[in-house]
Parts: sequence; C-alpha cells; structure tokens
Amino acid sequence: MTVKQYKDVIITPLIKENPITLQILGICSALAVTSSLSVTLVMCVALTCVVSFSNLFISIIRNYIPTSVRIIVQMTIIASLVIVVDELLKAYDYETSKKLSVFVGLIITNCIVMGRAEAFAMKEKPLISFMDGLGNGLGYSIILIAVATVRELFGAGTLLGYEILPLVSNGGWYPANNLLLLPPSSFILIGFMIWGIRTFQKDQVEPNDFKLQKHANAPDLTKRESNA
Amino acid sequence: MNDSVLKTISVSFVVCLLCSLVVSFAAVSLRDTQNLNKLNDQRMKILKTAGIYNPDVAVEAQFQNLVPKFVNFETSELLDEYQDLDLQTYDPVYYSKQSDYSKPVPPKQDIAIIKNQENIGKIYLLKDGNGDLEKIILPIRGYGLWGTLYGYIAIDRDLNTVRGLEFYEHKETPGLGAEVDNPKWKALWDGKKIYQDGSIALKVIKGKVDSTNASAAYQVDGLSGATLTSRGVTNMISYWFGDSGYKQTLQSLNYDS
Repeated sequence: MTVKQYKDVIITPLIKENPITLQILGICSALAVTSSLSVTLVMCVALTCVVSFSNLFISIIRNYIPTSVRIIVQMTIIASLVIVVDELLKAYDYETSKKLSVFVGLIITNCIVMGRAEAFAMKEKPLISFMDGLGNGLGYSIILIAVATVRELFGAGTLLGYEILPLVSNGGWYPANNLLLLPPSSFILIGFMIWGIRTFQKDQVEPNDFKLQKHANAPDLTKRESNA
Repeated sequence: MNDSVLKTISVSFVVCLLCSLVVSFAAVSLRDTQNLNKLNDQRMKILKTAGIYNPDVAVEAQFQNLVPKFVNFETSELLDEYQDLDLQTYDPVYYSKQSDYSKPVPPKQDIAIIKNQENIGKIYLLKDGNGDLEKIILPIRGYGLWGTLYGYIAIDRDLNTVRGLEFYEHKETPGLGAEVDNPKWKALWDGKKIYQDGSIALKVIKGKVDSTNASAAYQVDGLSGATLTSRGVTNMISYWFGDSGYKQTLQSLNYDS
C-alpha cells in the first residue's frame, strides 16, 4: 500500500464519493440530529469512531468469517461498538446523550457502517480499512455539519448555543425560520447540496433509468414537415 | 474451509464472547459515572423547580440550599430520621418498589396509576435568608401515555400556589406529550392554585384557559395533540395532593407556622 492509496481512501469519500450526497446513505440520522450543531458534532464523532473501528475489526478477522454468517458477525461487532460509544456518552456527555437519545443506538442500522464493512473491510487489509472508515465518517460529518450550521443559524439564530442573529422574540431583529428546526428542512438542504455538487462533478449525474419512447401510432411530425 | 459447520459455530461463538466481554466491561466500568450524571440531572431539575438553578455553579453546592425531609404518609409527619434510612441518599421511587417500604395502591384510588406507593416520601424545603419557609418541592409521578412521568412540583409557603414544575424522566411522544418539557408550558404553572375550598381544583384542561373565567387560576392550558399526557398530569396532581399524597402533611404544616 502506498501513501497515495491511504490518502485516496480518506479524501474521495469527502465530496467525490460522499456517502450522503452520492450514495444517499445515512439520511435518517442526517434529518434527525441536525437541528443543533453541538449535538451534530457529537453524533459525527460517534459515527466516525464506529465506522472506523468496525472496519478495522471486521478487516482483521475477514479471513475467518464464514460467508454464511458474515452479516451477523459484522452486525455483532458494529452493535458492540455502538453500545460502547453509547455508554461512554452517557458517562461523559450526559446532556448531549439525552438529546441524541435513540439516534446513537440507531447507528447500528446506519447504512454507511454496514455498507463500508461489506464493500470494503471484507476485502481489504486492516489499516486501509480503518482509513476508509475514517474517510467515510468524515464525509458524513461534512454534510451533517453543513446542514446543522444552516439549520441552527437560520432556525434558532444561534451557533453552538451562542447568539449570532438576535431573534425578534428576544428583542432582536431576526424572525426565526421555524421550518428549519423541523426534520423535513434537512431534506431540502441536502437536496440543494446534491444539486450543487453534481453541477460541478458531472460524472455523479446518473443516466436516466428509462427514456420516453415515441408513441407507435403517432404521426411522425419531422417527416411530414420534410415532405411538405 | 471457512464454511464448515464447525468453523461457523466456533467463529460465531468467539466473536460473541469477545463482543460481550467488551460490552459488559464498558457497562460495568462506567456505571458509577453514569449514575452520578443521572443523580446530578435529577438534582438540577429539583433546583430548577425551586427556581434557584444557576448553571455557573456546581449542582452539588447549590443543592445544599435545600433542606430534605422525610414525609411519613401514614402519620402525615415531617421527619429528619426514619429507622436506618439515610436522608441524603434516600430515593422514594426506589423504595416504592421494595415491598417492606411500600404498599400497593388499591386500584380504585390509583388514579395516577403508580401501583405502589412508598410509606416514606422525601420532600425539600427552601428557606429564605431569615430561615422562614419559602417554597416546598414535592416529587410527583404518574402514568401519561407511554409510561410514568417523574417530576417535581414547587409550591409557595401559602401551601396552595404552584411555583414551578419539572419532569426529569418520561417516555412521552416527542413534539406532542414531550412538550411537558417545553419551558413555555411549564411557565404557565407559576401562580396557579391547587386547592379550592379544601378540595383539589387544579386541572390541565383541553384548549386554552379563558383568563376571564373565575376558575382560570385553577386551570392550565392543555397540550395540543397530547390529551392523554395532559390527563395524566391532572391525575398526578389529584393523586399527590390528595389524601394518600401530601394533603394531610401540608395541612399539619400550616398549623405549625
């Protein structure tokens, strides 16, 4: 493995093969935890740890995992890591863990973790698998942090709890956009991000799944015109 | 090779064993810190109910301002000592599950659906600079929609006016029943009266309180979309300020002062 390969597995998932905007994975937590930036940061750290270490451990034992039970073995490792992260949060950041509530536990079902384990860690060596997990965790984090920044700033007028835009209700001038505090707003924001990224990264645009076929009995307008 | 039955079973077994070791190690080694967090969180809620919480000062130091007292529900006395129980660490919710220290509530009286009531409760007194009683903080609990809500209610020294309400644990639906945590809704409780001519009148009603109504002081706005949670809160108030709750104790307090 060369240094370049290590670099690649960390950098490509940031924008080029971002798990959220290209693969559209992990959307559920991206909607749920992004209404405040501080909670989002904790969630990003938690997911990045889980995906990196699950990749590492799965890759270490990849040659011993029987194919018939491989998904269950992967899930066991992922679930254990998630529980450990959850316990750590409850012990050292109780406030945030109360706000995240079930969403830490739901990292188990986050498709990014499972996807990287199955697609990468089952085939590659431990160190590079760890890096791949790190890269994907960071790619997830970039999008979540961007969404959370917009939502908290324009929805509540604060960032990390500090007042940036004084709200009308507190005697300021900014009328809060309550839509941004509701989960559906992240759909819209992520949609805009996907649009933006695909404008510059043309190769991310997928070909149409089907084409509109000409109607069999319809008169061929182009022909008639040329006859006339 | 990897797919033989023996190998499948042995690999699964080893993975499970290692994972369970890691998980149980994490759970056991962090339990004390977690319990401390929970306790501090609960204490913070008590301070908030009392209206004296200051986020810049350590919770434990602020908590010294409150005087805990045992309540004997049978004799309606306030006590500083009871058998070998430790006043500082006594947890009424825990003891309500111990058969030696609690009694099952007869279903007909159990309007808050708490099933068992502890024999000995624990309340907190907040005293002002002169040592006079300022507020009393009483733990309450009762069933909402999905589970039991645990909280504290603060009443004024007139023993009738609500001064604060907080819940530290509940399982209500986020956005609907969980609005019991909404500061705006909690603020509605300040100044409401509990007893009208000796009987409990305080209720969470459906819709908004009409402030011109004579009974407006006994009513709190309902939580929209959470009728059952609102009803649960009403029942909780009725139970804990009723005869099996703090009513007799509060009355005896009144004669003392």
